[in-house]
Amino acid sequence: MNRRGKTALYVAAAIAALLIPQIPLLQPYLIQFAFLWVMILFAMTWDVMGGQMGYNSFGNIVFFGVGMYATAVVQRDLYFTVEEYASVAGGEQAALTPVEYLIGLALGMGSGAVLAVVIAALLGSGILGLRGHYFAICTLGLGIAAGELASGWDYIGAGSGLVTPLLPDALGERGPFFFYLFLVLAMITFAALKRLYAGQFGLAINAIRDDEDKADALGLHATRYKTVAWCVSGFFLALTGGAFGNLVIFIDPTDVAFAGPTFGVWMVLMAILGGKGTLWGPVIGATVFHVTQEFFWIYLFGWQRVALGLLIVVVVVFFPLGIVGWLRERWPQRFGEVVDEDARRVQVSLEGER
Amino acid sequence: MSAILEVENVTKTFGGVIANNNVSLSVPEGSIIGLIGPNGSGKTTLFNSIVGYHPIDSGAVRFQGAELSRLRTPQIARLGLLRTFQQTRIFGKMNCVQNMQISLPHVDDNFATMLRKFPPEVAERAENLLEFVGLYAKRHLLAADLSFGQQKLLEFAMALMNEPAALLLDEPTAGINPTLINGLIDRLKRANAEFGITLFVIEHNMRVIMNLAQHIYCLAHGELLADGAPEDIQNDRRVIDAYLGAH
Repeated sequence: MNRRGKTALYVAAAIAALLIPQIPLLQPYLIQFAFLWVMILFAMTWDVMGGQMGYNSFGNIVFFGVGMYATAVVQRDLYFTVEEYASVAGGEQAALTPVEYLIGLALGMGSGAVLAVVIAALLGSGILGLRGHYFAICTLGLGIAAGELASGWDYIGAGSGLVTPLLPDALGERGPFFFYLFLVLAMITFAALKRLYAGQFGLAINAIRDDEDKADALGLHATRYKTVAWCVSGFFLALTGGAFGNLVIFIDPTDVAFAGPTFGVWMVLMAILGGKGTLWGPVIGATVFHVTQEFFWIYLFGWQRVALGLLIVVVVVFFPLGIVGWLRERWPQRFGEVVDEDARRVQVSLEGER
Repeated sequence: MSAILEVENVTKTFGGVIANNNVSLSVPEGSIIGLIGPNGSGKTTLFNSIVGYHPIDSGAVRFQGAELSRLRTPQIARLGLLRTFQQTRIFGKMNCVQNMQISLPHVDDNFATMLRKFPPEVAERAENLLEFVGLYAKRHLLAADLSFGQQKLLEFAMALMNEPAALLLDEPTAGINPTLINGLIDRLKRANAEFGITLFVIEHNMRVIMNLAQHIYCLAHGELLADGAPEDIQNDRRVIDAYLGAH
């Protein structure tokens, strides 16, 4: 497909997604769609590290939680004192004007994103020297530690959590509002990552994935690229978290904000399911995952987690490269790869002889 | 000719094993120097010591007058001292041109260059160098799909793309078929003559190294055993003994 055709396809897909709320049949499911965009954001941001760079991070959930708490705290402290807020949050929710709400949300998400970038840079310079499994195990501890810290900090509600301001009526229904908020965020993230992957950044983190020693030996600033990659991932994940807190209204430190066993694991699964290290893999993986999960909830209630587990086993055994990875393996030419059929055949037969 | 690379009394031990013991040598600018020695004599360890892959126990390594022993591999590479690996290392899931693009010198990299897209001139230069090593027809293939010998050639082309002042080659002809070897010797000589790259080469193939190098150092058991012109080394009793296991 030529460049213009591709652009047209992207624009058409974007318009189609933006028009979903106009379809009466789908209108009851707008919150569901909002969750779907969140899942896609999870998978895309995880894939920067885990897929494109080959650094499996189980700690990305930290940025999600940090963004969520930062946004909620800014929204609260901008217009209330902690005591005031605590007293109204019990019964009536704090009422804000639409302008106040939007300013609080925007400032909150912005500061959450900045905070996440700072944390990613600090943590990254500390632990991105670790490679492969060591890095993965180390990040596993981060999410757990963050959840424990949040559970013990009174200023952010400690173990009893934090309530975010309600969406003012003047801004319309929750459904369309969060549908568009997350859709636009997902589109911006997709476009930003697509641009990043197209330049030197993309090749550099791919090189780190393929052989970091070689990248070092060529003089690549590997640590800098790794840290920036984590910052990029953290930035968009914190924005997602900030908006997500407002979608679910109640922030629990371990079940919502730093939900390692659910969101933290899902983001990895979705990226692998779709095909890690590909542009569309995380998007497709998240969609398949979210839809199947919802069906399992409806039709296999009680067994939904078992079914999900089986799905994961099937994917890993039969499609270890993920959906897009599998397609790419079968039809490499469609993905712009050039294959020397003869050379490949010779190599395969030689490997068979060994 | 002044020395571009000087190794002075370098010692490197791994636990009780002395891999390099008081090794001193110098590589004049613009030359092709060989490094030979039986298996396990410490050749690759010396390369690793020079390029900062691991810290050395004592001694000094100077490149264009700058002390290297406290720098790390990427910093040393950016100074213009590059190495290739014995077990060929390329970026397997990227195609040859991409492998070349990311091998551009990284001296002037900053946060803005992270975003840059590669201009057509870079692709052109990459293709010229791939042509130079004879991989032009394969330029759009994934590097992992190349044969071992072709990957070696790709690694060599990547090193040239990086525009080093000196290049340490760890067994450039190992695993390459005899007909390709002659072509490779020719290209190494041309890289030296036309691009002005100083070469320091580990090699087991005596025919290759005798053909290529102007001066040869021989290591055995981590120590410098002999050095001299190729014909002297060839006839040196100690070197012959070391290779036959009499040492």
